[in-house]
Amino acid sequence: MGMANFSFDAIIVGAGGAGMRAALELAKSGFKVATISKVFPTRSHTVSAQGGITCALGNADPDDDWRWHMYDTVKGSDYLGDQDCIEYMCETGPNAVYELEHMGLPFSRMNNGKIYQRAFGGQSKNFGGEQAHRTCAVADRTGHALLHLLYQQNLRAKTHFFDEWYALDLITEGTRVLGITALCIETGELAYFKSRTTIFATGGAGRIYQTTTNALINTGDGLGMATRAGFPLQDMEMWQFHPTGVAGAGVLISESVRGEGGYLLNKEGERFMERYAPHVKDLASRDVVSRAIAIEIREGRGFDMNGISYVKLKLDHLGPALIKSRLPGIRELAINFAHADPIESPIPVAPTCHYMMGGIPTNRHSQALMLNEKKEAVPILGLYAVGECACVSVHGANRLGGNSLLDLIVFGRAAALHVTESLRSGLPASEPTSTQVDAALHRLQRWDNTPKGESFVRIRKEMQTVMQMDFGVFRHAKSMEEGFKKLKALKERLAHAALPDTSKVFNTSRIEALELDNQMAVAFATAASAIARTESRGAHSRDDYPKRDDENWLKHTLYLPDGSIETRPVNMKPLTMEPFQPKERIY
Amino acid sequence: MIMQTTDIPFSIYRFNPEKDKKPYMQDFTLQIAKGSDLMLLEALIELKAQDETLTFRRSCREGVCGSDGMNINGKNGLACITPLSSLKTPITIRPLPAFPVIRDLVVDMTQFYKQYEKIKPFLQNDNPPPAKERLQSPEERAKLDGLYECILCACCTSACPSYWWNPEKFIGPAGLLAAYRFIADSRDTATEKRLEDLQDPFSVFRCRTIMNCANACPKHLNPTEAIIKIKDRMLDEAT
Repeated sequence: MGMANFSFDAIIVGAGGAGMRAALELAKSGFKVATISKVFPTRSHTVSAQGGITCALGNADPDDDWRWHMYDTVKGSDYLGDQDCIEYMCETGPNAVYELEHMGLPFSRMNNGKIYQRAFGGQSKNFGGEQAHRTCAVADRTGHALLHLLYQQNLRAKTHFFDEWYALDLITEGTRVLGITALCIETGELAYFKSRTTIFATGGAGRIYQTTTNALINTGDGLGMATRAGFPLQDMEMWQFHPTGVAGAGVLISESVRGEGGYLLNKEGERFMERYAPHVKDLASRDVVSRAIAIEIREGRGFDMNGISYVKLKLDHLGPALIKSRLPGIRELAINFAHADPIESPIPVAPTCHYMMGGIPTNRHSQALMLNEKKEAVPILGLYAVGECACVSVHGANRLGGNSLLDLIVFGRAAALHVTESLRSGLPASEPTSTQVDAALHRLQRWDNTPKGESFVRIRKEMQTVMQMDFGVFRHAKSMEEGFKKLKALKERLAHAALPDTSKVFNTSRIEALELDNQMAVAFATAASAIARTESRGAHSRDDYPKRDDENWLKHTLYLPDGSIETRPVNMKPLTMEPFQPKERIY
Repeated sequence: MIMQTTDIPFSIYRFNPEKDKKPYMQDFTLQIAKGSDLMLLEALIELKAQDETLTFRRSCREGVCGSDGMNINGKNGLACITPLSSLKTPITIRPLPAFPVIRDLVVDMTQFYKQYEKIKPFLQNDNPPPAKERLQSPEERAKLDGLYECILCACCTSACPSYWWNPEKFIGPAGLLAAYRFIADSRDTATEKRLEDLQDPFSVFRCRTIMNCANACPKHLNPTEAIIKIKDRMLDEAT
């Protein structure tokens, strides 16, 4: 067939923070590298990150230590995080952040000219002691500043950008990855990208839920592609609900509001976090705070506005000067989406789907993993995953605020370093056969050949409702089983759903249809994994199994493409540190 | 119970190059619950459920990614942070002016991005970086406020008559705002070169301080002010 093809040393699917950090490193090393992104890079979801990037610079707390950050992250993960990767992230974090500063990131500053750091949830000094101030911030627009910075640096490094190109599927030869097929959104042109290495940086999938802080583009494309290619997904039951999304709209209100001194109130005017986390109160881990809000609402102490339940986030006591200088973006969002100016009145907030801790399993070098015949996790030749689509796993069962931006830059760079090594050691390119390329176009053809039938928009809505109702903050076998049954029926309908718009040029309906295949794959993996994990850990909270069960479940779930669940051990062997053994998690 | 609803009329610019010889305006009606309000982007998503061929860009839906700049009742803005209640009906939606239309509300922004790239939008510093951060006082850092927040939505550049006449030669407000962001950064050592690169009669000097850019900016930034400061710096350098 007369299909365009491109050849690169490395292709990166997704041009958010993680993808562009990887691209930058590779372009600077002189490799032929391209990013393939369904949106112009600065429209990626990293742009919405607000509060900051956590690492132990020691600017705000002079004795701060990356080992304390590591302890907090392991504890925050409810001991499901891999300790080798967490050590690597926390130890290399400060240098990774200095690099950003040298590139020009406009960090807020302390009076002595150093990078400003603020308090965030789950942060402690001295392994569980008093509150730390470890999150480096660009006011409350850290993600925006970081994303634009990385785009600018990639322009400088002359990375090839394929903007508004949509990746369809992996091209594989057995379990080796040869590249991807993709669609130019503007023209409808198809192409395949042959590459010695493929890095997935496709971001999260919050759009499987009805209410989410996530951008509309967060549809789990990399996860869908991975599972269709026969690769596993890890810890997919672990979804973070952020305590403070604007009630109804779902727009994120950063944890930095509480870090700067804001707090939550119930209908009785009570500062209820004092009951749930007597020590750190509103700055407990996100899973803890979200559950507390959900309980307050469930027990009738929430507010109600046309059926939408919420609690209030108060920050007017911080004063206009602090709000304007440290939280200007939050103020803008609250005025736009909650019709509340936080200088005068509290913001109505509720737990909102925010972050996918699970994803494509990877090791410390960001190599994607699969199970071999002996059921051991081994690297997939030619495939890497970084950022939210990956499960390294540094976040385990619950991510700490400020750790996702750190994850992006640390593991974006780590992937590039490993790719560099394998390219230099002569990793060969391989020409895909036309059969292999065709296999990666089936899905598109299925949609293109079905102009009549049920609208996929309805199926999407129903799927999001099921996820919201049955796989939310609190879970129970009965409702999850019912939800899964509904998902199975929806998946069946999706297989025959129609794409009435058959045009080629900028057909966003076609893109949304293709995205829904991926959303459904992620929803399925979530449901199956959540049902399988019969304990409560981190964000996965079951009414029928309310306790953590280290004896049986101190391990990762792996969702396999045939729908079955396997497990693999958590890495409890840090690189140089003594392991942190599971303890009761109290804030 | 029958829900009380209101009909909101829309007139939306349509053009699909595969079938339309020329663009046309199409009427839509959206029913919303009485007393409720939606953001324009949410309304467009509802209208797309009526007619799946209606095409527009969107991503963050909260005013930070810059995807959904469009011309709303004659004024450029972001659909996702424009409440329907703030708009007179029928709500007339057109693509951003000054750019070629790809389809419906989607425009080709190549020229806009080219002008942005031209100003070398990255920090330049000849000195080897220190082991830790470069120091910058809060006062020096404050000079970047109002500059670094640009989201590249192009609402400003698209509203600028000087850009309409010279899109290839005049950098335009967004690009110049970015240029000044680096000129103003105490850590950047290329100020002289940056100013020199802008010295020709078009790059900066086509700005006639019409101020459409500042009026259009959904982030309340003021590119005109940045442009005036660039001109001031050029004068300083010359004297």
